[in-house]
Parts: sequence; structure tokens; C-alpha cells
Amino acid sequence: MHDSDSIGIVTPQRLHFDSPLQLESGAILDSYDLVYETYGELNADRTNAVLICHALSGNHHVAGVYADNPKNAGWWNNMIGPGKPIDTNRFFVIGVNNIGGCHGSTGPATLNTKTNKPFGADFPMVTTIDWAETYVRLAQKLGIDQFAAVVGGSLGGMSTMQLALDAPEKVRHAVVIAAAAKLTAQNIAFNDVARQAIITDPDYHGGDYYAHQTFPRRGLRLARMLGHITYLSDDSMAEKFGRELRSGSLGYNFDVEFQIESYLRYQGDKFAEQFDANTYLLMTKVLDYFDPARDYDHDLSAAFHRAKANFLVLSFSSDWRFSPERSRSIVKALLDNNLNVSYAEIASRHGHDSFLMKDDHYHQLVRSYMSNITT
Amino acid sequence: MTEITDTVSPSLRPDFATIAAWIKPATKVLDLGCGDGALLRYLTDTLQTKGYGVEIDDTNILACLNNRINVIQSDLESGLSGFESNSFDYVILSQTLQAMKHTENIIHEMLRVGKEGIVTFPNFGHWKNRLQILRGHMPVSPTLPYEWFDTPNIHLCTLNDFEQFCHQHSVHILERRVMTGSQQTTFAPNLFGMLAFYRFTQRK
Repeated sequence: MHDSDSIGIVTPQRLHFDSPLQLESGAILDSYDLVYETYGELNADRTNAVLICHALSGNHHVAGVYADNPKNAGWWNNMIGPGKPIDTNRFFVIGVNNIGGCHGSTGPATLNTKTNKPFGADFPMVTTIDWAETYVRLAQKLGIDQFAAVVGGSLGGMSTMQLALDAPEKVRHAVVIAAAAKLTAQNIAFNDVARQAIITDPDYHGGDYYAHQTFPRRGLRLARMLGHITYLSDDSMAEKFGRELRSGSLGYNFDVEFQIESYLRYQGDKFAEQFDANTYLLMTKVLDYFDPARDYDHDLSAAFHRAKANFLVLSFSSDWRFSPERSRSIVKALLDNNLNVSYAEIASRHGHDSFLMKDDHYHQLVRSYMSNITT
Repeated sequence: MTEITDTVSPSLRPDFATIAAWIKPATKVLDLGCGDGALLRYLTDTLQTKGYGVEIDDTNILACLNNRINVIQSDLESGLSGFESNSFDYVILSQTLQAMKHTENIIHEMLRVGKEGIVTFPNFGHWKNRLQILRGHMPVSPTLPYEWFDTPNIHLCTLNDFEQFCHQHSVHILERRVMTGSQQTTFAPNLFGMLAFYRFTQRK
């Protein structure tokens, strides 16, 4: 990793929480672990903490590299580090793996101490509301009364909004990127096809595939392939792959012929090796359930009445999964509540994935906003 | 948009002072085509207003963030649908009216969203402009700095034109100031005034 601005070697940490977590679904998680990483120093007044909320396939490894795996850079390493838009020279940055995840925090693959078997299908359904509660408890353990900022893209943007709604005093600034106040029917449809791919895989075994020493690899692979299509734009796919053939000529068979097929299969295979299918199922449900206006007669402005944070909302022009229009509805709700909000629609050809990419204007906007946050 | 995006200090911007004189402290202000946010910064600093800007240009959006100004990236030509009716005390359109395609719509939208509207525009009726036309050329001046072929200004007007427009569109003018540089122009303003300022409301 030749990145002079990188935070360098980082080490994940683990905290155990003994007090039961009452989940939105009604279920109770008796105890749980959160795995997290921190970068930079918490200042004496504990006023410079920035929480990063991850998206569907993300985790706590947000920036830096691991000593035993220097190639494994955090998923937002281009955004976070010394001198970067989210500057670890100023901020104490926290990345946390959400519960239900598969990278260390308690999730479906975790051993259930009651049964001495992995939770599997028994792992309760979680929501952004449950995650927000875990963020509050994590902050408490770290001695942080209020986050200087909470930042998230996509599902992470939803978690950011949820925390700003559920714990208004804990969030001074909220940066909500490529997100939406709720999924559309089309979004939910994509998620359900992904879930069906996993659930109908014969290796799924009702979610208890761990006991069968197997894994619904084919289903997860298909789910990821589908997801990946929706994260890119038609233009960026055309630009990157077009109708280019892998071997240069048509084979008249069902093998990989077009480059896009090769790319998607590779992405699917790679993902299926490192992600847990049950977590994928859970995360898509978290997305589907997110709808803060639901309890307010579908009035998003009423839902945001309790928020107090200052907001930066960003969207990307070619993002059709969470389109700029979806972000504008968030902005409208914030304006209706007289909250401080800035909104930018960033010209980008890379679809929903734009939020993970390095783009000068995008990074400048985040840098400017973050640099004006007093600590 | 033809914002004045100079980063000169507010004391050097007499137009800021003229607008500020019409705005009550601690009110809520929407600045359409807010440029780098300098006017909103000035109003926030001097009158403790709660301000939001609307801008289309990427560079200006960034400048607003650097100026610690709330800014919403949006195209004014598509209206103000993102803003609730009667949600602002003042809606300002400073030196932008003449560059807009949908003049009637934006004035209507200003008075839907705000209790009062404030517009400023270069007076096309200024004698120097008239003189240049008499000499056979399109005017170029400090308030109209563009050549005919690269101007964004498509709807230039005189004081008389704007007042007639207001009369025809149920817009009630509350106050008018005409400035030439830092001086107020009271004598024959349609001939001697360079920059027009109007504060108006919906005629009941």
C-alpha cells in the first residue's frame, strides 16, 4: 500500500456488552460483542469523536492496514487518514462492525452460548434502531458524550440518520451520503431477489448451514452479482466493459463470453468467499425496514422534528439505486425543521458506488464541511 | 448565474448594506443564487439571521461550505419545490433575475416561499447604457460586464419595466432603492441609477 497519507497499521478492538439489548423486533439479545477500530487521538474534552457507519457489505475496518495483511486497506481509506477529508490529525475516528455482521461483532455466525452452536437462523432480526442503540452504548464505554460527527454512505447514511433521530444530543453533525429516507418498491424488489437466491440455495439449510459444514455459496454469489449491477450505472458499465468479448469471438455457448460476465462472476466469487450469507440476508432486511416516517403518518418532516444535528447531505447524479431525488426528500424534511443543512449533488458517472470512490469535488466538499466542525 | 462572487469584504459591498438595511434581526432568509455565500455570511454576522442559500455551481457550493453557509444545490429554473410555502421571512434574488429564463415563475415562487421578496438587478435604463445603444452598440459596463455574445443576461430591464411587471403580476412594491456605486440615486433614477433594489410582497 503506497499511500503516504494512510493512517498506517491499525488493530481491531473488541468490547463485550452484558446489558441485554431489546431489539425493535421484540427479541432480546442477552449480550453481544462489538468489534471496532479507532484512528487518531480522543482529545482531553472528548469532543472530537467521529463515528463512521458502514454500508451493507462494510465493516469496522474503515482505514489503515493490518500488520499481518498490508494489502487489506480499510474500505474508506481514501477518505480517512492524516490530512485526508476526515482528518485523523484532528478527529478521533471510530469504525464499528454492526451487530448482525460477519466481521467480529455478534452475528449469525457467532457461537450462541446457550446452545453452543452458531446462532444461524436463530439470530434475531436487527434494524437501524437497534444499531443506533449499540452506537450509544459504545460511545458511553469510550467516554464520549457527543459525536462531533457521524458519517455514513448508503445503508451507513441511514444508520447516521437513525442515530441523529434516536439520540439527538449525541450527534453534533451528520454527514449522510448516497442515502434515502426509505427504500422504494424497486429497491426492496432487488433485495428480495438477492434473498431468494440465498434462501433457495440447497446449501442454505434454513440458515443453519454452519452445522452442515456447508455454505450457500451459489446463492450469495448471485445475490452479490445482482447487487453489483445496481451499484454501477449503465454508463459506467458501458464505458468499462461495453460489449467486449473475452476471447475476441462468439463461442455460441453459456460460458463466459462478454467481459461484463467475467467481471460479475469474479466479483460474486470473491464476495462469497469472505461474507456470510446470513449477514447478507439480515443487512438487506435492515435496508427494507428503514423508514423513520412510518410512525409519523409517513410525514418525514414530522419524523425529523426530534433531530438536532447539523447536516451535510450528498448525492451522486448517476446513482439510480439511491437517486438524488431521494436525498432531496431528506433535505426537505431537514429544512422543514429549520435544521442547518447543506446539500450537494455531485456529478459522477459511477452510480451508487461513487460514494466509495475518490473524486476531487466530492472529497473537497467533505473536507470543507469537516474542517469547519469545531472540536 | 451571474453572481458577484468577489470575496471582497462586506464593507466594500454597498449592495450588501442596502439589502441588510431591509432585513430585521434574527429572521429567516433564503438567498437564491447565493454565489459564494458572502451575503448570507454578512447577514448572519451582522443580523444573526438564519440563512440558507440556493446555488447551482459546484465551485460556489464549495465556497459556501468554506464560508459556513447552509447551501442547497439546485437549479432555480426548476422552481423552489424543495421549500415549504411561507417558510422564510425574506427571499432574496440578488443580481440573478436578469439571467433567468422563467422570470414570472421565480417571482411567484419567491412570494410563495417567503413573506417578502428582495430583488436587485442592473438598471438597463442607465444613461450610459442608453448612450452606448445610441452609438450603435450593446452596453458594456461595471454592472453589465459581458459582451453581447457571451452574456448570461437574457432578461434585462429598466426600473420602469420591473415596476410595470410587478403591477401586472400582483406584486406589491414595499420599498425601492437605486444605487450608483455606494451613492443612493434619487433624481431620475431610471436614467441615473445603476443598480436597483426592490422589496416587495404579494398584493392582497
